[in-house]
Amino acid sequence: MNRATATQSLSVSFTVGLYGTAFGAASIAAGFSILQTCLLSLLTFSGASQFAIVGVMGAGGSAISGIATASLLGIRNGLYGLRMAPLLKVSGLKRVVAAQVTIDESTGVAIGQEDLGIDAMKQGFWLTGFGVYIFWNIFTLLGALGAQAMGNPSAWGLDAAVPAAFLGLVWPRLTGKFERVLAASSILLAIALSPIISAGLPIIATALLAAAFGWKERR
Amino acid sequence: MNGLWLGVIGTSLIAFLLKFTGHSIPEKYLTNPRMLRINTLIPIALLSALVGVQTLTEKGKWVIDQRLAGVAVAVIALSLKAPYFVVVVSAAVTSAALYRL
Repeated sequence: MNRATATQSLSVSFTVGLYGTAFGAASIAAGFSILQTCLLSLLTFSGASQFAIVGVMGAGGSAISGIATASLLGIRNGLYGLRMAPLLKVSGLKRVVAAQVTIDESTGVAIGQEDLGIDAMKQGFWLTGFGVYIFWNIFTLLGALGAQAMGNPSAWGLDAAVPAAFLGLVWPRLTGKFERVLAASSILLAIALSPIISAGLPIIATALLAAAFGWKERR
Repeated sequence: MNGLWLGVIGTSLIAFLLKFTGHSIPEKYLTNPRMLRINTLIPIALLSALVGVQTLTEKGKWVIDQRLAGVAVAVIALSLKAPYFVVVVSAAVTSAALYRL
């Protein structure tokens, strides 16, 4: 057991787990029940996708457009799995568990241990995966209970906390001018389309913008 | 079954299938550089769109209200490199204060 890896895994798990509170509250504010909120964290277990389904459906979008948005955001977990599988070399039930905890953070910590060797990478993956899973679910429940006790979401600022939570997720990805232009264009396109097409679809439409931006290689 | 349950179950099912597929297919099937590029851009587009729609629209109409002030404060907090929690809470406090005025 590598101590540096264990410490990093735990601190990432706790910090990320705390965001679960924001998700729990957002989900209740969007009209989901406590059970549904907790199931999303237990089963979907991917922050951005979870925020997306409650965000889209809370704004009046259909289940289909909510699922589509959440799933587009979940594709990257598949790519992480592709990267992690040759490292973990697991099958059967273990592979099912590994797949479920394959998220931004477990993959990120695993890759971050590259210098310390394969064992440290595996350790980072499992510790962070399980750690985030545990804390994320505990804090989801706390956030959901808290939000339900609060009542009117606007009176507590939950209506602004949700877009701020999305903003916090996208901010670290805006590493250059190209990314910022894409972000600004996506905001404009989605807002412009909102009065025209039904809720949820304006969000999905921006995936086409991402495709257009990524079509050609940049130099 | 109502829409919310469909959303919960559908999202969870597809989320798991995407993760599991990644663990189960050989790496060589997914090395198309264009797909990889687009995949890193999709979260930027979708999350930004969600920020815009949740800040400036309500039930398909353009609305400017306390949420915009809350998100503006979040932008300031993020540019000051504040931790995620501070970002979310400062947005909530700003918006709630204006709402209660």
